[in-house]
Amino acid sequence: MSVRERLDAAWQLVREMAGERDYENYLAHRAAHHPGEPVRGEREFWRERTDRQDRNPTARCC
Amino acid sequence: MVTTEKPSEPDGPAPSRRRRDPKQIAIWTAVALVGAVAWGIVAIARGEDVSAAWLVFAAVASYAIAYRFYSRFIAHKALRVDDTRATPAERLNDGQDYQPTDRRVLFGHHFAAIAGAGPLVGPVLAAQLGYLPGTLWIIIGVIFAGAVQDMVTLFFSTRRGGRSLGQMAREEIGPIGGIAAMIAVLAIMIILLAVLALVVVQALADSPWGTFSLAMTIPIALFMGFYLRYLRPGKILEVSTMGVALLLLAIVAGGWVQESGLADTFTLSGNQLTLALVIYGFIASVLPVWMLLAPRDYLSSFMKIGVVVLLAVSILVAWPSLQLPAFTEFASNGAGPVTAGSLFPFVFITIACGALSGFHALVASGTTPKLIQKESQIRVIGYGAMLTESFVAIMALVAACIIDPGLYFAMNVPATALGPTLESASAYVTNLGFQITPAELAAAAQAVEEQTLIGRTGGAPTLAVGLSTILSEVFGGDALRAFWYHFAIMFEALFILTTVDAGTRVGRFMLQDTVGLVWPRYKDTSWKPAAWSASAVIVGLWGYLLFIGVNDPLGGINQLFPLFGIANQLLAAVALAVCTTLLIKSGRAKYAWITLVPLAWDAVVTITASFQKIFSGNPKLGFWAQRTQYQEALEAGKTSLGSAKSVEAMERVVFNSTVTTTLTALFAILILIVLADSVRVWIAALQGRPLSSGSEDPYTRSELWAPSGLVPTREEREHSRELAGSGTGGRGTGGSGTAGGSGTTGGAGS
Repeated sequence: MSVRERLDAAWQLVREMAGERDYENYLAHRAAHHPGEPVRGEREFWRERTDRQDRNPTARCC
Repeated sequence: MVTTEKPSEPDGPAPSRRRRDPKQIAIWTAVALVGAVAWGIVAIARGEDVSAAWLVFAAVASYAIAYRFYSRFIAHKALRVDDTRATPAERLNDGQDYQPTDRRVLFGHHFAAIAGAGPLVGPVLAAQLGYLPGTLWIIIGVIFAGAVQDMVTLFFSTRRGGRSLGQMAREEIGPIGGIAAMIAVLAIMIILLAVLALVVVQALADSPWGTFSLAMTIPIALFMGFYLRYLRPGKILEVSTMGVALLLLAIVAGGWVQESGLADTFTLSGNQLTLALVIYGFIASVLPVWMLLAPRDYLSSFMKIGVVVLLAVSILVAWPSLQLPAFTEFASNGAGPVTAGSLFPFVFITIACGALSGFHALVASGTTPKLIQKESQIRVIGYGAMLTESFVAIMALVAACIIDPGLYFAMNVPATALGPTLESASAYVTNLGFQITPAELAAAAQAVEEQTLIGRTGGAPTLAVGLSTILSEVFGGDALRAFWYHFAIMFEALFILTTVDAGTRVGRFMLQDTVGLVWPRYKDTSWKPAAWSASAVIVGLWGYLLFIGVNDPLGGINQLFPLFGIANQLLAAVALAVCTTLLIKSGRAKYAWITLVPLAWDAVVTITASFQKIFSGNPKLGFWAQRTQYQEALEAGKTSLGSAKSVEAMERVVFNSTVTTTLTALFAILILIVLADSVRVWIAALQGRPLSSGSEDPYTRSELWAPSGLVPTREEREHSRELAGSGTGGRGTGGSGTAGGSGTTGGAGS
C-alpha cells in the first residue's frame, strides 16, 4: 500500500471513530440488506440518530 | 448444563496452532525482565529517589504479559470464544442498535464509556498510604479482577443478545438476586453522581478561573449542538475541533476573568455551586440530547484521549521523582486524614475505578455487545480497554506522588480540620509528620494562581497540581503552570459533568421503568410530567447527598468517598457473581475460579469495609461510633466537638452519620443477598438439578470475518487480502488498513 492509501485509511478510521461515517455506513447497510427500498436523507438521518439517544440513554462510567 | 454449544466441539475451534517461535520467546523474556527490574526498584528502593517512570514500566510490562497470556487463556480455554458463531451485531444487524463495528472504533467507544474521572480521583486519595499500596492494587487488581470482570461480562452478554447485567442477574440467578442487583444499580448511580459532583464543588469553590472555564462549556456545547442540528449535520470532527479550540480559549480566558471586575461574579461558594449543579443536572436531563448531552460527550471523549496521551508522553519526558514514601505510617495505623481506615480493606475500596469497577459491567453488558463483530474481539475490547483505564489510574497515582508530601496533605485534609490560616494548616501537617511552611503553602497557591490550595479535598485539585508540575516541565515552564492547573481542573470537571448528565438521565429512565410496573403510563419517556418528576427525584437524591457532603463539619469527601467505593465494589460483586453463575451453568465449572477468586476477594473486602464503617468503635472510622460520640456530647450539653464548632454543626454530624450508616448497611445487605442467591444456584447447578434455562442465543454460523486484535497479525492480513480478492467478507472490516488504535499492549491473537 502506498503512503497515500495508508494515510487515507487512517483518516477514514478517525472519521469512523468520531461517528462521522455513520451515514455512509447506513447507506451501505440499506444497499446490502434492503436493496431498492427508500433511504432516509442525510439531514433526516442525523436528526433521527441523535433523537434515538433521547430514548436510549447510555451510562457513562466514572 | 444450560448451553447451546455444540457438544461435538468441547474445546471450541482450535486457536491458530501453537508454534514455538524463538523471536516471540525472546521478546516476552525481555518484557518479563523489564517488568521484574521495574518491580524490584519500585518495591525495594527506600530512602533514595525513585523515578516515576519505573512505576510506568512495571505497569506496562505487567499489562503486556497479562494480556498476552492470561487474557488469551481466559478467552480460548475458559470461555472458548467461537469466531464461527455470529455475534448479535451480525445476526440482528439493523444498522442502528446492532451493528458490526470496527474493533478499533469499538475499543475507543468502550474505553470512552468506562473511563472518566474515577480512575483520576481514587488513586490520588489512596496516595496517603504511600505509592506502593495503590500501585500494587491497581496493577494486580486489574489483571486478576477488573479486566476479567469486564471481559467475562462482555462475553456472556454477547452470547445473550446484549442483555443488561440486571436482566442476566434476574434470568440466571433468580428474581431475588435480580431485584437486589437492580436496587444496587440505582443506589450506586445516586452515590456516584453525588460524590463526583462533590469533587467538582471542592475543585471550583472560590475559584473564579475554574468556575468561569467550566461555565463556558455550556455555551460551547450549545453552539456545537445547534451547529450539528441545523448548520452542518454529521460533521462531527469539524465541530469537535472548533469545540476543543473554544474550550482551550475558555481556559485562557478564565485567567483574564480572574483578574477582571467579573471575578466576583464567578467566585461561588460551595453551596452556590451545589445549587448550580443541581439546576444544571435537572435541565440537562430533560433537554433533548442533541442540545447539550451529545455535543458535550464529543468534547469529553476528545479531551479524554488527548489527555491520556499527553500525560503518558509527559511522564516519560519529564521523568519526575516520587516524593511520597512507598508506605506512610497511615498504611498500618489506619489514622489517615484523607479517608480513615487502614490499608486492608480501605485501599481496595478507595481505588475502585482503575483496578476493579463494578460500574463497567453496565457498559460491558449494554451497548458494546451489540456492536462487537467477532467473539474473539472481547479480549481486546473487554480486557484491553480496562488495562488502558488502569494505566490512567497509574498515571494519576504518579501525579499525586510527585508533589511535595506536605502540600499533598495540606490539600487533602478537610479544611475544617486544617483551620482557617496558612499557619494552622502548616502546624496540622507538621503534626502528621510532614513538613510545609506557611510561605511554601502560599507559594504553591500563587504558582497556579489560586487564592488557596488548603483543604481542597476530592482529588481533582491535587491531580491538577501534579499534572501542572509534570506538564509545565515539558511544555511552557512556570509561565504555563497556572494554565495547566486549570486545564486539568477543567477536563476533570468536564468528564464529571458528562457523567452527571448521562447518569441523571439513565437514573430517570430506571425510575420511570420501575414506577411503570405499577403505573404503565409513567413508563412513557416522552410524557413530560413523568420525565420531569422522575428527573426531579433523581436530581433531588444526589443533590441532597451532595449538599450533605459540602456542609459536613467533618469534611465531605472523607465521609462519602468510602460509600462510593463500597457501592462500586458491591456492583462488582454482582457482576462477578453473575459471571461465576454463568460459567458454572454453561459447563465451564472447571474454570469458575477465574471469576470466583476475584469475587471472594471483593466480597471479603467489601463486607469487611462495611462492617468497620458500621461497627468500628473508633469514631474516626465507624459511622455509628461517630454518631454516638456526637449524640452523647450533645446530651452532655457540649457546644463544640472536634471540627464541629457549634451545636447545629454537631446535630448535622449526628444526622449525616445516621444517613451514611444506613446506606452502608443497605449495601452490605444487598451484597449478602446476591451472594447467597448465587451460591444457591451454583450448588443446584453442580448437583445437576434443573435450573432456569437462561437466555443464551442459539448458534448461528457467522458469515463475517475480521481480525481479533487491534493490530492484525500477518496471517490475518493475508486472509483479509484473500477475502478482498474473492469479494466476500464484511464491509470495511478488513485488517489490511492502518495499524491504528490507541496504545494498549498491542495484541494480535497469536
